[in-house]
Amino acid sequence: MAAQGEALTASGYIQHHLTNLAVGEGFWTWHIDSLLFSVGLGALFLWVFYKVGQKATVGVPGKLQCFIEMLVEFVDGVVKESFHGRNPVIAPLGLTIFVWVFLMNTMDLIPVDFIPHAAAQMGVPYLKIVPTTDLNITLGLSLSVFFLIVYYSIKVKGIKGFTKELTLQPFNHWALIPINFVLESVTLIAKPISLALRLFGNLYAGELIFILIALLPWWSQFVLSVPWAIFHILVIVLQAFIFMMLTIVYLSMAHEDH
Amino acid sequence: MSINATLLGQAISFALFVWFCMKFVWPPLMNAIEERQKKIADGLADASRAEKDLVLAQAKAGEQLKEAKAQAADIIDAASKRRNQIIDEAKNEAEAERAKIIAQGQAEIEAERHRVKEELRKQLAVLAIAGAEKIIERSVDAKASADIIDKLVAEL
Repeated sequence: MAAQGEALTASGYIQHHLTNLAVGEGFWTWHIDSLLFSVGLGALFLWVFYKVGQKATVGVPGKLQCFIEMLVEFVDGVVKESFHGRNPVIAPLGLTIFVWVFLMNTMDLIPVDFIPHAAAQMGVPYLKIVPTTDLNITLGLSLSVFFLIVYYSIKVKGIKGFTKELTLQPFNHWALIPINFVLESVTLIAKPISLALRLFGNLYAGELIFILIALLPWWSQFVLSVPWAIFHILVIVLQAFIFMMLTIVYLSMAHEDH
Repeated sequence: MSINATLLGQAISFALFVWFCMKFVWPPLMNAIEERQKKIADGLADASRAEKDLVLAQAKAGEQLKEAKAQAADIIDAASKRRNQIIDEAKNEAEAERAKIIAQGQAEIEAERHRVKEELRKQLAVLAIAGAEKIIERSVDAKASADIIDKLVAEL
């Protein structure tokens, strides 16, 4: 589906699908669609979980409560297994990441033209409905995690301890401090970058393939899109899980005092 | 693809979501789960305790049953002993009574016999006197020989 002024070519179609609905200039550009869908899905997640939490019974739970409790227990189990500190933030953080990222990824399974086409009919020129195919969204998440890593590192080890960790590892000798610092800085900074790029790359590639499949004649698309969608269910859950798991592991490392 | 302010928006909403989740979502769900776990654990403990109680109660009941049986046997024993005793006593009493009755009967018979003997003697005396009178009527005066007759009667 091409917007006004764009030729209905393959590259135009793809380009159109990869363009965000944006307002603003330069750095102060806001991707309205990404923000809208991510915040909407996050709010949906919290609203459902909140409702269930308010009505949670200790007795025999309903199916929805069961499902949500399974998720909560799953995340709780992962946190208890991987995180060896005491921090009330970690488990809810993990749950939020897991469910939210999962929901954002799930938008990938909605056929690529459905919502953008409907939006175009209503006069919205561009709409990207999968927030995790927007690098800003994944970076927004991973930089928040990075901030937490630095925060807890300093909180647990103190500025001195954190500095020591950056400068006296892996080679514990004063002469090698610059080398250590470079190595440790790269390690530290690679954490959020890899987190963001891994999620973004997986979902972006998946979405791109859906778009390419959508270029085929309409009667033949299902031959490729159905297997790809089924395979993608795995990717969606896996990426959400990896993001949560790595966050927990990184924060666990931040809490470890050497 | 450019890095822009969307990132900040996402980071802010992320922070808010995590805060909300930590404050309002996690605690009630965790509470419900933990409370249910406790309830289930209590229930299982209760069940195992009840099982133990049942075994104990069964053992106790068996013991009591045995005791009751032993008691019943004792009672039956005592009762049969008592019965024999009563029968013996009754037998003895009856024996004694019989002896008494027999003795009494014999005494009565003796007395009757005595009485009859006396009467017979008297009648015999009268008869003898009458016979003697008949005989003597012809020869002797009755008044004259009355003393002899009295002597005779006394001798009989």
